Amino acid sequence: MHTVVRSATKELIIGHDQPFCIIGERINPTGRKKFQEELRAGDLSSVARDVEDQIAGGAMMLDVNMGAPFVDEPDMLAKAIKLVQGMTDMPICIDSSVVEALEAGLAAYDGKALVNSITAEDDRMAAILPLVKKYGAAVIALPNDHDEIPDDPHKRLELVGKIVEVATKEYGIAMEDLVIDPLAMPIGADHTLVWKTLETIRLVRDTYGLNMTLGASNVSFGMPDRHTINSVFTPMAMTVGLTSAIMDSRTESIVRSVKAGDLMMGNDEWGGNWIAAHRARQAAAES
Amino acid sequence: MSNDEILKALYDETMVGNAPAVLELTKKGLDEGLTPSELLFDALIPSLEEVGARFERGDWFVPEMLIAGRAMAGALEVLRPLLAQTGAETVGTFLMGTVKGDVHDIGKNLVNIMLEGAGFHVIDIGVQAAPEKFIAGIEEHNPDIVGMSAFLTTTMPMFKANINALEKAGLRDKVIVMVGGAPVTQEYADVCGADGYAADAATAVRRAKELIAAKRGAA
Repeated sequence: MHTVVRSATKELIIGHDQPFCIIGERINPTGRKKFQEELRAGDLSSVARDVEDQIAGGAMMLDVNMGAPFVDEPDMLAKAIKLVQGMTDMPICIDSSVVEALEAGLAAYDGKALVNSITAEDDRMAAILPLVKKYGAAVIALPNDHDEIPDDPHKRLELVGKIVEVATKEYGIAMEDLVIDPLAMPIGADHTLVWKTLETIRLVRDTYGLNMTLGASNVSFGMPDRHTINSVFTPMAMTVGLTSAIMDSRTESIVRSVKAGDLMMGNDEWGGNWIAAHRARQAAAES
Repeated sequence: MSNDEILKALYDETMVGNAPAVLELTKKGLDEGLTPSELLFDALIPSLEEVGARFERGDWFVPEMLIAGRAMAGALEVLRPLLAQTGAETVGTFLMGTVKGDVHDIGKNLVNIMLEGAGFHVIDIGVQAAPEKFIAGIEEHNPDIVGMSAFLTTTMPMFKANINALEKAGLRDKVIVMVGGAPVTQEYADVCGADGYAADAATAVRRAKELIAAKRGAA
């Protein structure tokens, strides 16, 4: 199944037979005090450097989130999207829990965006899916409902089933425009949690064949040597069906592990990308 | 084993999260004539404080904090009824919930375990806790502190809604209100009218103790 997203001029395909889609996570003020202060003052100057760093690191799409206390999120999200689109032709993942912000972001965006996100909660679907339909976007869906984030992978699969049913039948969203977030949990909080995420990925792939993405950095929260954990987790998840991740594309070791994963998965024909990346590093070292 | 050796061993085993040894040493200590207060305040709590300090310095990690907290919670199950009999002043009662509209519970649970480890009596009212649930919890359990957790920028405004509801119910002055969660900042906590905020579980425990000490000192 292919999920197609677009900027004004560039198309990106997410799929099980495609190179893994690296979505840069950095344009997000959570946990960044200075960035939050700038946003409150309407200052988006930090975004430029974040965009450059992430693209240089290997991002293929950029997540844009402007959610912080005292920030006019719809206004800032629309402005940030226009700014980023002025800098790069990379497709954007419009990220907010505020419905008005998603709408403002979609209205500002030129292309086919990925919306982050809905859940299996009826009110979230009712508020956001009509916007996804209206703007012809794709949407990330999280299998949690009003009561809980289920631990049990089969329970998560049931909620995926509910999302598929409602989104395709009630709102006319195409199956391939649903991207499931199987919920990456911190391994430090419970050492069985990541296995449950992997099991969820496998079940969703085998049952629905849908594309999936997740916040890959979550798994290493609270642990030392986070980069190694993230570098190992992502290829493991790829083998069971993860096709994309929202991740820190500035960390070379993580991006390289993903590229090696593409090679192992048979999604890098004759190792062309792998060898080209090697040559590029050689050339950079010599210059 | 002398009493000092028992306390030292209890301190050491709690720190490394050896729950069976902690339980055994707690019982042994009681058999040897140590008081519940001595076991709690001279071994268990100092041990967890050291764990928290190491975590705050970045030397220790979440799983280590969790197993130490759980080891301590096992000892507390034995000690709590005895402490209640002796009428010793408890560290405090903490009512905790994730706000309405929000189902995230991992962060809340981490804080709960560390609070229990610090000797707090923790009552967890779960996720999706509406203002009425916080009020019912306060009326039933009479906590020193109410903790509210939110993980989304869309659910953070429930802090203010909850605090307004507490004011309306005439309960605001009876409790200390602490707030936390990934998107929450000190400034946001101040503006919504909370008494305290912390960025992580270890700091939350330290802050909770400070706020209770300040309140008891003022009373």
